[in-house]
Order: sequence, then C-alpha cells, then structure tokens
Amino acid sequence: MKKLILTAGLLSFMWTSALKAQTQEEASPQRKLTFEEANFVSSYYSQKGNNAAVTGGIGSEKLTDVGGSFNVTFSMLDKKKRKNTFFLDASFEKYTSASSDQIDPTTVSSASRTDEHFYPSFVWTRKNEKTGNTFGLNVAYSTEFDYKSVGGGVTYAKSSKDNNSEFSAKLNVFFDTWKVILPAELRPVGYPTGAAQDSEGIPYKPRNSYNLSLSYSKVINPRLQMLFMIDPSYQEGLLSTPFHRVYFNDNSLRVEKLPGQRIKIPASIRANYFVADHLILRSFYRFYADDWGLIAHTANLETVIKVNPFFSITPHYRFNAQSGIDYFSAYTAHNPTADFYTSDYDLSKFTSHFAGAGFRISTPGGIMGMSSWNALEIRYGYYNRSTGLNAHIVSLALQFK
Amino acid sequence: MKKLLLVACVLSGLNSCVSVKEYQKSRINDSEMSLSNRNVEKFESSFYLYREGAGGANGGKSGGGCGCN
Repeated sequence: MKKLILTAGLLSFMWTSALKAQTQEEASPQRKLTFEEANFVSSYYSQKGNNAAVTGGIGSEKLTDVGGSFNVTFSMLDKKKRKNTFFLDASFEKYTSASSDQIDPTTVSSASRTDEHFYPSFVWTRKNEKTGNTFGLNVAYSTEFDYKSVGGGVTYAKSSKDNNSEFSAKLNVFFDTWKVILPAELRPVGYPTGAAQDSEGIPYKPRNSYNLSLSYSKVINPRLQMLFMIDPSYQEGLLSTPFHRVYFNDNSLRVEKLPGQRIKIPASIRANYFVADHLILRSFYRFYADDWGLIAHTANLETVIKVNPFFSITPHYRFNAQSGIDYFSAYTAHNPTADFYTSDYDLSKFTSHFAGAGFRISTPGGIMGMSSWNALEIRYGYYNRSTGLNAHIVSLALQFK
Repeated sequence: MKKLLLVACVLSGLNSCVSVKEYQKSRINDSEMSLSNRNVEKFESSFYLYREGAGGANGGKSGGGCGCN
C-alpha cells in the first residue's frame, strides 16, 4: 500500500510539474518538461485446466488475475536540442491461484493462494535528431510474496538520415531472488513454511537474467514496414520452481529440478501492411530455441478494419506450437534416476490458439467531451491449449494526450 | 548456416529499397502501423510468457518476475 501511495505521489508530482511547465512554455518553449501522453491499461484474466505443476501435473489450474497499469511520458529538449524522453510506468496485479493453495493442503488457505505483483519501471532516452543517435537507460523493479527482481539496462539506436531504417541494441540484466517455499510434505523438520510469521531461516536463491536485444526496422515502401529482432538471453540460478512437485514411476515424490543455466534464442519478424484506407494487416512470426530442448514457432495476424477515421475493429489470431523441454514428463511418468525433472505443462509439448477481437475509438476532439482523452480501446481474447488449459482475457486501454 | 545467409541476403536486399520520402509516409505514420505491441496487449504478453515455454523477441520483457502460478 505504501508503494502504491509513493508511486501515486511521484506520478502526481510529475503531472503537476508538467502542467506547470506547460504554462511557462511561452517563455521558453524548448527547454521545459512537456507532457506527451498517459496510458491506463486494465485487464481481467481467467484460466482453467487440470495439469497444475504444484500438484505434479494433475489438479486444478484455476487462476484469475486482475491487472492495472498506468504510465506517463514527458519530454524536453536539452541545451544541444536533443530530445530527452522520460517514461514512468507502475503496474499492479492481484491473482488468485487454486494450485498455489496446494503448496500446503493441510491449511485452510495457504499464504500464496492469493498474491500481489507490483512492478514499476522507468526509462530515459535522449535522441539527437541531427545525428539520428538515441541513447537510453532503464530500471525496473518487481515484487511478489516470494519473489523480488531488480533490473536495468542500456539502449543505443541509430536512425538513417532519411528515417527509413533504424538499428537498435539493448542490453538488460535482471537480478531476481526467490524465497524457497517447499511443498508441505517435502519440508525437512523445522523448515519454515514461508508464511509472513514463519520465514525466519528460510533460504533465498538467486535467478539472474542477461538479455541482449538487437533489432532492425525498415520502411520498405509507402505501405509496408518491417522489423527484424533477435533477442538472445542467458539465465542462471534457481530456474526451477521450488514448490512444484514431481511424482516418479516408483511412486516417490520430489521437488522439481531443472538445470541452473538456460540459453534462449528467439528471433522474430514483424511486418505491417497498409492494404487500403480501411484495411491494415499486422503480422508477426517468431522462432524460438533454447538449450533445454524447446523449439517453438509463433505466428500472429491482426486485421485492422477502419470503419471510419475514428473507429476501428481489430480481429486477431495467434498460433503457437512448442516441442517441450527434454526434462518434462507427466504425473508418475518420470524415471527416478533422471538428473532433471518437471511436470510443468507450460514446458510440455503443445499447440495453442488465441483468437478474439477488439475495437478502438480515437477522435481528434476527445472522447465524451474530454479533449485530453485521446483514445479508448477494448480487446477480448480466448486462449485454448492442446493440454486442455483454456483462458479468457479482456483488456481496456485509455490514452490521454 | 543456410538460414543465416538467407537472413543476411534479405537484410542486404532491404537496404536497396527505394527511399520513401517524408511526404509519402502518411500511411506508414498511421498509429495502427506501429511496429510494436498495442498498449492494450500489455497483460496478454505477460500471460504468454507465463503459460508458454518460449518468450522474447516481441518487444516485451524477457526477465524479472516469477510467473510461477
């Protein structure tokens, strides 16, 4: 709650500063902090399935998640007329998970049956329009009951003179910390439950991620532009989830165990094509491979139908197929001599389909009489996975300029 | 190796595209043509990251946060 109040205070301070700066803009139009835009996004997500990893690949995966995110962007020119942009985001999620309740089934409702996830971030970029160079820094923080993450990164981008292409490189690191909560029946004698009042002496384990992102965007012709991206990352530390159970074919039970390193190599192509005044196609394809044996193909197509200049409908479809990692087996199918093992169906072989539609309203005079309310967007999607898991998500986005 | 060469050829081919002038970019500059996810997709991107083994190369974050439920 304190964090929310602190964030709200910081956001209102920046907002007030920007409004004050706008009133002084006439005196010195270039050097004052200027409000660019603010976005509010909210969503409701609900899933059902029967392969919970907490209970070894069987049991309810019922989960609901309510999320909210607010971000603001400000900009100002410095003495050398470089554009400095400041982006501040604060996001919050509250979820209820049936499987987390099974970490300790002897309790009426365990500590992590519900949890809150708070993750603010800040990005600063400085662009020199003359040279086409952009330099940026970012920091991020994330906190849940049993998980903390601190991250940061640098960005460099170079635009061509005609602004038809841009190369971008980003380097990000995340230093995460797990509170090692074990399933009730696998806790050694005297091992803390992990609840707020019983955490003394509980071990904490690190998980570090190092991510390099290289992208190249290109305007191909007046109707088509594309983006190529490769996003390799390396993770080390506790990459398994300490409260996931695994049942073996000799009826023994252990905690999930996965290698302490993982190298991921995703590469993607994005292409957007302006077919006609009433039709835009947005497409995306990604190939993914990692050293745990998982290979995946993801394709996404969205059609933007512009009913009129202010109202558009956006049906969308996404397909994903993944091979599953080498260490996955179902409930009681694992060999007890294996070095690594998991029954987490998120890492199994499956195909998934996600389809839905949204609409967007954006009027130059504002929405519902509010001139600063620039856009309203609502989007719904249904997700179906071949493992039997299915989910609904509905999202709302408001933009203010 | 062949795939890498193919990608290199495609990228070098793109450099030879006709330069599009600023006055020709009214369609490219349409907000729906943005080469990134929409704001409204923010939480969709999160649940893909949690419910699927693959992630990254989509402009979203690729680390930080648990997603273990």
